[in-house]
Amino acid sequence: MSADFLYGIEVIINGLMAGVLYALVALGFVLIFKASGIFNYAQGVMALFAALTLVGIMEGQVPFAHLLNAIFGTDIHHFGWEVPALLAIFLTVLVMVAFAWAVQHFVFRHLVGQEPIILFMATIGLAYFLEGVGDLMWGSDIKTIALGLPQGGSFWVEDMTASLGGDDFYGFFIDKLDMVATVVAIVLVISLIAFAQYTKQGRAMRAVADDHQAALSVGISLNYIWVLVWSLAGIVAMVAGIMWGAKSGVQFSLSLIALKALPVLMLGGFTSIPGAIVGGLIIGVGEKLFEYTIGAPFLGGATENWFAYMLALIFLVFRPQGLFGERIIERV
Amino acid sequence: MLDQTTVTADGRTIGGVLMDMRGITLRFGGVEAIKDISFDIREGEIRAIIGPNGAGKSSMLNVISGFYHPQDGEVWFRGERRPAMKPYQVARLGIARTFQNIALFEGMTVLDNIMTGRLTQMKSGMLAQAIWRGKAEKEEVANREKVEQIIDFLEIQAIRKTPVGRLPYGLKKRVELARALAAEPKLLLLDEPMAGMNVEEKEDMSRFILDVNDEFGTTIALIEHDMGVVMDISDRVVVMDYGRKIGDGTPDEVRGNQEVIDAYLGVAHD
Repeated sequence: MSADFLYGIEVIINGLMAGVLYALVALGFVLIFKASGIFNYAQGVMALFAALTLVGIMEGQVPFAHLLNAIFGTDIHHFGWEVPALLAIFLTVLVMVAFAWAVQHFVFRHLVGQEPIILFMATIGLAYFLEGVGDLMWGSDIKTIALGLPQGGSFWVEDMTASLGGDDFYGFFIDKLDMVATVVAIVLVISLIAFAQYTKQGRAMRAVADDHQAALSVGISLNYIWVLVWSLAGIVAMVAGIMWGAKSGVQFSLSLIALKALPVLMLGGFTSIPGAIVGGLIIGVGEKLFEYTIGAPFLGGATENWFAYMLALIFLVFRPQGLFGERIIERV
Repeated sequence: MLDQTTVTADGRTIGGVLMDMRGITLRFGGVEAIKDISFDIREGEIRAIIGPNGAGKSSMLNVISGFYHPQDGEVWFRGERRPAMKPYQVARLGIARTFQNIALFEGMTVLDNIMTGRLTQMKSGMLAQAIWRGKAEKEEVANREKVEQIIDFLEIQAIRKTPVGRLPYGLKKRVELARALAAEPKLLLLDEPMAGMNVEEKEDMSRFILDVNDEFGTTIALIEHDMGVVMDISDRVVVMDYGRKIGDGTPDEVRGNQEVIDAYLGVAHD
């Protein structure tokens, strides 16, 4: 096989893996939008906050240390212990569940029946609030996640694939972190689908997503389901935060991954879990392949920054509901 | 209080008072939708609430099912005063309902829709259900059996796996009835079960309502503005007009009531 063809395949594989990470972020949006019609602008900040919390707990940081020191004149920053990774992840999940409860209890419970634009504005407020709380709790310096996730290219894959091509082919370069992220994302998606299809709460969740009134009439508490959905979105955000945080450090820019999820949602549809996954993969592969075949040789490169948005625009014109979204039928 | 049991002409047993509405008044701003209405529903009977459009029938049903909260009056259920409750809490008490404008989960299959009716009956843990083990498995099988029984009963076997959004109107109404039945309710509320149906569909629905009552002994309260059908199937009838109760009794008693005749046919203003 020619080296060019093999490099093309390598680009596609890397694109698929990047796409999985996009899908992970988009999934959080879909969960909340489907069940409550809220477009959650704060999803990216939730990923940042979850990652900050995880690092803070693992390193034994005292939350709100600066604030407490300023008030009480003390100088405490660390508890002096380190928390093992699994326990820290568990504690972070608890924090995200508590956050979900607080969001429902203090914000959205009071906005039931409001226009979507008002709910959207509320999530913008929520995003800035959460960003501030994150800074206040854990400080604003760049942190690294020390979960022990593997970094760098996999030599094993390189060695195994080097023999496929001729002398000018050196094997596939696959990032180990991307491989881990892919496995984690697949496990997460399968468990989410199992949850939605087979559990009582999952069935109730789908019911609420479909019709609020009918859900009430069969004994489903909307508040409970919304807290549940925000908790799930928080957990998905945590996983996305860990993966992206391991790649580029836990810092403010992590919250901007939400912007990467937007084109994914345009493609996949805002209401479809499979849509978020397929959309993520298409964007991931599309932008890498475009860069490799057209961007780098003809356009001077760096097309990955805008390709996804271009694709989303084209979709908006020809298929605004996305690939898997519910058909928009206007009745006159 | 009426607590003795009676036996109807066709051999069904009507028990004591299941639900007692006492002096219910419901206002929307300055408009009184329901004015000081009292009536009861006895165990095992088919109780109809009828009246012309805008009489306040649906409001009354919404009060019973917890969607509206009356400003005045008391709701008594199974001998206890029911505090103000959310609709989902009322559903968990064993009061199931259908809606005038059909509220089904359009994206889910008929089977899944009916299974949601069993949510109040499911007890096993979330994890056990997700991995389909132990108690959850037995419970799911038992629930499925009950649901299949209802599907057979309402003759909707052929559409079990069809997404509800694709069904015609009459069948949707039947699926909604099936979902309400799946909860094995103590009281079943039907909001205009025959609205928008043709004669044949109305006859089918009447038969199902009678069969449900007969077979499962379910107490049924239903709303209709079509007098003909209701008079045939109900044991007792409440008649409402402009938010007031103008008649209450057996179909025959109500039919002879001058106020009821006036409300339905109009009064000559001379």
